[in-house]
Amino acid sequence: MLSVCNLRKRYGDTFVVDGIDLSVARGECFGVLGPNGAGKTTTLRLLLGLIEPDAGRITLAGMPVPARAREARMKVGVVPQIDNLDPDFTVRENLIAYGRYFGMDRGAIGARVPALLEFAGLAHKADAPIAELSGGMKRRLTLARALVHDPEILFLDEPTTGLDPQARHLIWQGLRRLIAEGKTIVLTTHFMDEAERLTDRLVILDHGRVVAEGAPRDLIAAHIEPAVVEAFGEGVDVWAREHAGALCERFETVGETLFCYTAQPEVVVAALRAHPALRYLHRPSNLEDVFLKLTGRDLRD
Amino acid sequence: MIRLPRLSWRFIPVWQRNYLVWKKLAIPSILGNLADPMLYMLGLGFGLGSLLPDVGGAPYLTFLAAGTVAYSTMNAATFEVLYSGFSRMHVQRTWDAILNAPLTLDDVLLGELAWAVSKSLLSGLAILAVIWGLGLYGDFWLTLAVIPVVVLVGFCFGGMGLVMNAVSPSYDFFLYYFTLVITPMVLLCGVFFPVSQLPALLQGVSAWLPLSHAIELARPLVLGRLPADSGLHVAVLIAYGAVGFTIALALTRRRLLR
Repeated sequence: MLSVCNLRKRYGDTFVVDGIDLSVARGECFGVLGPNGAGKTTTLRLLLGLIEPDAGRITLAGMPVPARAREARMKVGVVPQIDNLDPDFTVRENLIAYGRYFGMDRGAIGARVPALLEFAGLAHKADAPIAELSGGMKRRLTLARALVHDPEILFLDEPTTGLDPQARHLIWQGLRRLIAEGKTIVLTTHFMDEAERLTDRLVILDHGRVVAEGAPRDLIAAHIEPAVVEAFGEGVDVWAREHAGALCERFETVGETLFCYTAQPEVVVAALRAHPALRYLHRPSNLEDVFLKLTGRDLRD
Repeated sequence: MIRLPRLSWRFIPVWQRNYLVWKKLAIPSILGNLADPMLYMLGLGFGLGSLLPDVGGAPYLTFLAAGTVAYSTMNAATFEVLYSGFSRMHVQRTWDAILNAPLTLDDVLLGELAWAVSKSLLSGLAILAVIWGLGLYGDFWLTLAVIPVVVLVGFCFGGMGLVMNAVSPSYDFFLYYFTLVITPMVLLCGVFFPVSQLPALLQGVSAWLPLSHAIELARPLVLGRLPADSGLHVAVLIAYGAVGFTIALALTRRRLLR
């Protein structure tokens, strides 16, 4: 459905995308993760043929991009990171106007509108102006808008950023429905739980390169110990120096928090119980641990 | 960097989008667009006109009406691509949304230009309606030829305005274009008085400005004569519009698609 080979894009002296290879099969939900500035959005824009790569080959929906990007986009739905619904139109009019950009006639769009409104949970808001919608409703409408021409593949750029948990879960429900229908999905996000829940396979990007690739579970198994014990409180640094090395496979101290990565968390927990001044949290390791291990803990602003 | 625009009928849904939005607020929009030129024309035409002898061989009101057709269509196209176009491009990000569909930036800008021409046409027709209503013409049939002139003026100033839109950081920036380009044009190109009244140097400047050529076409047609050198005037208006559009496309591409 999508294949990318040695993709590069340079701005000035920096390669924002520096030799990316990807392939996404039909029906797959594929995640692109990375800290801010890792090149996620630039990669998406390259894949859509909106900007020209400095090197590399892209095939999207069977079409070479950017050479035949316009035709490829006929088969792609896009949910952009920044909301760009048409504020001069109602909910229904947004869907109709967008369908026209795909060359659909009024009848063909009209036939799809009720199902799209139902999908977005906005049937009761069909004639409401955009300004009346909540953030979650706007995102759902943007998702429905991306489906107006029944695309084969969907690109979503951070679809749940800025939403409250209820709204996020609704978006996830919608995406699961699309996955079940067999749509191919490419999703960028920096929410690890989102990627863990939805994607079959993902890549982690950093500085324009793929630093890891695989199924979320496999990545966790390959890169990180199965459990994490986080400890914090007065004297945690001293405790870490004296005991942590002997009790777990790997540990790090970040600010006031100690992270112990281990296959035997009970041992660490038992030792921590003896120090009532320290509080602790014992949990299975997750994608975020992998992500932080591979991309580091430095802020990317 | 600069290449020729690739024109296609795909611009139609972009035009249609603007038309549908306009239709919702058509009446206030028409009144807003027309009140200003109409008041200038009627106020100055009757007020000042009563003090003046014939200007350019016609009553002042008729003389001014012919200038106003060109001037109001210039304004209609300019305001549309500057303020409304900037809202759609920068504030609402409507163009970004369209570019994710199978349309190109060429299609979007052509749609915007075609829409600016449509707004110009509407504005020009309204002034023409007043001209017809008050009988401010030499030959009715010749005034019909003003309609294609109005379309050309819309094309010319729409194309030029899109360049400003492409480089503007904010709405405030457009003030420079009005003070440095549009206002001098209104005062130097013969809207309110014949260019021949200006010193030779300013007449020389005026000859290069597109509004002069618009008025050289529109005024004789209203007064009941065929314009002289019409091929030249048409060519100048097309050139300004086409060159502007091509530059605007390159600059907008650099702004949005990099």
